Amino acid sequence: MLGTGLLQGLAVTARNLVGSYHDPKRFVTTQYPEQRTKLPEAYRNFPFLVSESADDLMGTLRCVACQICEKECPPQCIYIEKSKDKKPDANGKMQVYPAVFDIDTAVCMSCQICVEVCPFDAIKMDQVFEIAATDRFSALLLDRDALAKPNTYYHSLHPIDAAEVDDRLATARKAAAAKAAPKPAAAPPQPPVAPSAQAPKPAA
Amino acid sequence: MSLPATTDSSLLERAPLILRDWLTGLLPGPARWAANGLIKIVAILAVFGLLFAFLTLAERKILGRVQNRPGPNRTGWFGLLQPFADGIKMLTKEDIVPRAADPVLHFLAPVALIAFSLLTFSVIPYGRFLLPVDMDASVLFFFAIGAATELSVFMAGWSSHNKYALFAAMRALAQLISYELPLLLSVVPVVLAAGTLSTAGVVAAQSGWKWGFVPHWHVFTPWGAAAFAIFMVSALAESNRSPFDLPEAESELIAGHLTEYSGFKYALFFMAEYFAMCALSGMAVTLFLGGWHAPLPQLEFIPSYAWFSVKLLALLSGFMWVRATLPRLRIDQLTRLAWKFLVPLALINLGTAAFWSLTIAWAGPLQPLRWAVSLALVAGPFLLLGRRLSTGLGPRTYRYA
Repeated sequence: MLGTGLLQGLAVTARNLVGSYHDPKRFVTTQYPEQRTKLPEAYRNFPFLVSESADDLMGTLRCVACQICEKECPPQCIYIEKSKDKKPDANGKMQVYPAVFDIDTAVCMSCQICVEVCPFDAIKMDQVFEIAATDRFSALLLDRDALAKPNTYYHSLHPIDAAEVDDRLATARKAAAAKAAPKPAAAPPQPPVAPSAQAPKPAA
Repeated sequence: MSLPATTDSSLLERAPLILRDWLTGLLPGPARWAANGLIKIVAILAVFGLLFAFLTLAERKILGRVQNRPGPNRTGWFGLLQPFADGIKMLTKEDIVPRAADPVLHFLAPVALIAFSLLTFSVIPYGRFLLPVDMDASVLFFFAIGAATELSVFMAGWSSHNKYALFAAMRALAQLISYELPLLLSVVPVVLAAGTLSTAGVVAAQSGWKWGFVPHWHVFTPWGAAAFAIFMVSALAESNRSPFDLPEAESELIAGHLTEYSGFKYALFFMAEYFAMCALSGMAVTLFLGGWHAPLPQLEFIPSYAWFSVKLLALLSGFMWVRATLPRLRIDQLTRLAWKFLVPLALINLGTAAFWSLTIAWAGPLQPLRWAVSLALVAGPFLLLGRRLSTGLGPRTYRYA
């Protein structure tokens, strides 16, 4: 009959109107600056550099300035200068470190490729989204000091991933120590799995 | 039609009159007559101006709640200052007149629109003693003035010298003239039953209760219910409200006849739209819902203007509910609904009302027969026409999309 569809529609909106007052499942808005929702763990926006210790952020950077991320970065927003001297890295091996490590967040597209290519688990995705700045050039260009954050912060963002990375680094370190005892040769950390080259060929 | 004597009513009922007499009493004799008129104008402007302001807020709140969000809540307590913030924003905006536009008509269109909208408020009885202008043909006056708003819409579209504005104004004219007919035809049975064209007379005809608790409102008769439904659908279209908001369909015509308007002129158009909504709702209350009469004799101690306000606000929230629910019609669907459905129904309803008033003397076993025939006359055409309305027209298939 003509009009029944209209009445059904009106009933739906009336249920929403009434339900929004007593059913928190319907009324999902949070008052943002005062209330905050927990971000989903998979949320990411810009990368940050992981340091082992919160007390000495610059001294314990995992980054060894290998520049893979700089080369892989699709929008070319990473700029790295290697240091002239060497410092012991996370495994105790003497390595160069980034004297300059800049990320232009105005250019970064949050693709996470830098994270995926990093063999040292030194760069991870951050969740800070309140990045408004009054200067669109210098304020959006993050340098080494702004990017470095401790491993504990990474644990707070991604507890499972961070624990897995810590385990991996600990075993690598143990293996390096074991190898270093009989003969001086340090095992490099496990490189990430290369993208599969055995992709099925498209049918002719 | 003279107003009832003022002496045998409660103090609360007479409060507006007492206030008015006290105010005019401060003036010298010859100025009192002019002051009486001015007070009515100021009261209408203040009450409906404020009502407009808070209706915009209420509408945004209700639409928000229907969409499961809170609506404006930052300005003041529950967002109560939002309308005033919006008003200040509108006032400080630049008033742009296109170089090709006709500046005089472009300026006159919103002014004429708001003037016509305000005139419609003058004949609605807001309470037992609150009728700004008591005319013999006030129903006729109301709809004549209401139809004049269409002129302003076309003025706006034509003077903007913009093809979107002109298209939209043509569409608006087609829509408004189409719906003028069912609107008026749904009012004719009321005039027929009440035997008067005066709004005060129509309200007086709806006084009293059957068996002490069923009010004699027109909406509780078969023809009255049908006429009320037709009136409300046409009122939606006449006030350009969703789902009939084609004249300012943002997604199709930019903003319709408002395309070239900015700042406070734009706000005036919106004000006029809300005024038209209020006036048509007030007229619906007067014609069908018993005007300012209380629904039960025991509730008569509440002043009449409070009852009018309650009924008016109920109808206005109905408008908002419909806006929150229904999508916009296409122009062909819109005119088809008017010409093929509402106009025939309203014409048949005229016959139902005639039958109802001819059989007013039927009593005893004839009374159920009277109801049955009237209900059949209302429901039968509705079902038949409703079935025919959409046959062969849908569902649409898109072969090349």
